[in-house]
Amino acid sequence: MLKTFISLQWKSFFRAASFQTNLAIKILMGFLALYFIVIFTALGTFSFHIIKDQLNEDPLRVVNKILIFYLIADLVIRYLLQRMPVVNIKPLLALPFSKNKIVHFSLWKTVISFFNVIHAFFFLPFFIVLLVEGYPPIQATAWFVMVTALIYSNNFINIFLNDVDKVFYAALTIVAVFAGLMYYGVFDITKFIAPVFDWVYDHPLWVVIPVGVLAGLYYTAFRYFKNRLYLDDGLQRKTQEATSEDLSWLNRFGSLAVFLKNDIKLIKRNKRSRTSVLMSVFFLFYGFLFFSGGLEVYEGPIWRIFAGIFVTGGFLFTFGQFVPSWDSSYYPLMMSQNIKYRDYLNSKWWLIVIGTIISTILASFYLYYGWEVYLAIVVSAIYNLGVNSHMVLWGGAYIKTPIDLTSAKRAFGDKQAFNLKTMLFTIPKLVLPLALYGAGHYTLGPNFGYFLVALAGIIGFAFKDKVFNLIEKVYKNEKYKTLVAYKQNS
Amino acid sequence: MISLHQLTKTYKSVTVLNVPSLEIPKGQSFGLVGNNGAGKTTMFSMLLDLVRPTTGYVLNNDIKVNESEAWKPFTSAFLDETFLIGYLTPEEYFYFIGELRGQNKADVDKLMSGFEDFFNGEILGVKKYLRDLSKGNQKKVGIVATLIGNPEVIILDEPFANLDPTTQIRLKKILKELKETQDVTVLISSHDLMHVTEVCERIAVLEKGEVVRDLQTSPETLKELEQFFSGVLQEA
Repeated sequence: MLKTFISLQWKSFFRAASFQTNLAIKILMGFLALYFIVIFTALGTFSFHIIKDQLNEDPLRVVNKILIFYLIADLVIRYLLQRMPVVNIKPLLALPFSKNKIVHFSLWKTVISFFNVIHAFFFLPFFIVLLVEGYPPIQATAWFVMVTALIYSNNFINIFLNDVDKVFYAALTIVAVFAGLMYYGVFDITKFIAPVFDWVYDHPLWVVIPVGVLAGLYYTAFRYFKNRLYLDDGLQRKTQEATSEDLSWLNRFGSLAVFLKNDIKLIKRNKRSRTSVLMSVFFLFYGFLFFSGGLEVYEGPIWRIFAGIFVTGGFLFTFGQFVPSWDSSYYPLMMSQNIKYRDYLNSKWWLIVIGTIISTILASFYLYYGWEVYLAIVVSAIYNLGVNSHMVLWGGAYIKTPIDLTSAKRAFGDKQAFNLKTMLFTIPKLVLPLALYGAGHYTLGPNFGYFLVALAGIIGFAFKDKVFNLIEKVYKNEKYKTLVAYKQNS
Repeated sequence: MISLHQLTKTYKSVTVLNVPSLEIPKGQSFGLVGNNGAGKTTMFSMLLDLVRPTTGYVLNNDIKVNESEAWKPFTSAFLDETFLIGYLTPEEYFYFIGELRGQNKADVDKLMSGFEDFFNGEILGVKKYLRDLSKGNQKKVGIVATLIGNPEVIILDEPFANLDPTTQIRLKKILKELKETQDVTVLISSHDLMHVTEVCERIAVLEKGEVVRDLQTSPETLKELEQFFSGVLQEA
């Protein structure tokens, strides 16, 4: 029986549409996975000594201190990315498998998921270093078992979280508040939580608690699943009550309004697009890495523009990048209806413009680091509006991956990210503004650098019509290929 | 109204459609029947410029569909669920199509009020997105949406499939009314010989990409078609 399951799993993995892409992508994905593995292993191996040398504290206690944040971050990442095992159960239901087996198998399947295994690459080397450094083996083992149990607990917690969006966002806010309080030294939550982890290390027998929690969660997940193993319950696609909204105020945009109204509904009503827009909020904070001077590698002056492009371009990159894939599920309609390409593109462009302007306004908190920092952001925003907005729309014509709007989850590495043509498009998107700024900065000073970048943006703006003609042509040329591509596994 | 010239489609040396010439005059109700894989959907997709012809071209009101887009304002189609926008409610979808075709809300509402019977209370005001409707109800929405904005050409792929008996009868009534109007050209494909003979003035049989019969509908047509398809079965 188990053999049948495993062979099914094997086939579903190797015959998945996303797996049967070309070799170059597979190699790139392989490298990406390898990169993560190496990074984590290196962290695990060297962090012990780094922490010891830098902080002069017991590395294990330091890790315990941040462990809670590590676990929460893990949970957030899982929530956003890890897919639930419910899929593919349906065809098994009517076959002679016992329900218990199906549920056990689905749950165990998640155990070998990338999201669990990756942590081993950090904690295993760290654990070995602990042993080498002469930490008592029993205590260290207890600690390691506890961490593993907690990470797997996350795995099962995520199964429930998936069903309750509101709880998740509420929890996220609370965590953010605690992190903020700790950062500004008002209230340090880790003072209360770290001792719990320390306790297990100091008294190894207590490891039964996290292991018990894990067992309990597994059992609960099992029960939860088994009870809901009906087509009209757990296996049913969730349906929301539809809400109509009046967006007629958008009518002032003339013929664009039709599409703008539609796009706003698209963003609001689909999980995938909502997640994307949410991600663009994270981009806003990316600048902290640069401007707070936290990372030495980013000290060079041209990195300011780099940060600015990302801070103001969150929406541009997360949403704009995938035009027209957002409309992939009804592309034949768009192609046969009474629609002008120009209007369609224009409406997407306006959305990007609105998104970028909002990001720029929100980013004004960077004024805290001085007006020059904010100037870099504004200049980058102009570049984003004038040049990058065209670039993403142009590049989008070559991305032919259909988007399943209803599912927010995509196991890491959406393949369209590794399209050779889209890679080429990152040059004008990122490299050019950096080069322009660099050229100005090192000849006549920073202001000239800003001037050059802004000028490029304004020139791009001026040529909007010309560029749109070009993009329109590309879209028309690619039309049939795009239609075929969207038909597949959509 | 619609004419096909030397139209072929070849995928890797397999010819899936080969129609040297086909003329559909304005106002005709044209039915297309054929087994799975006969090329019906491919042909309709080519009429809408969704599939690029290997050779030949399609004229819609003397406009080459793969060169100009001027045929779009007077042509409407529903081939499959990719013509629906899943995250809209039926009303929003109708208004969206209406806006694209130059109709305001009131125009669309007026048209919809004529289809209350057809919708059977399961479409309007049910607070569901299209993606959450059943297949049959999705189809109803798609079919009715093609009638918005007084199109001159309506293309429907398998409109009867997935519909319940009552709705099938109501759909036939709608299509018969369209048959009577002289300025609307309707193209329908179907597996159901009885339905097509009832609603179409002319029926073409597609077999392995070629038009093998082209009949003006008469009382004998159904028999002829049944004979043809049972013959195909015996050959196979």
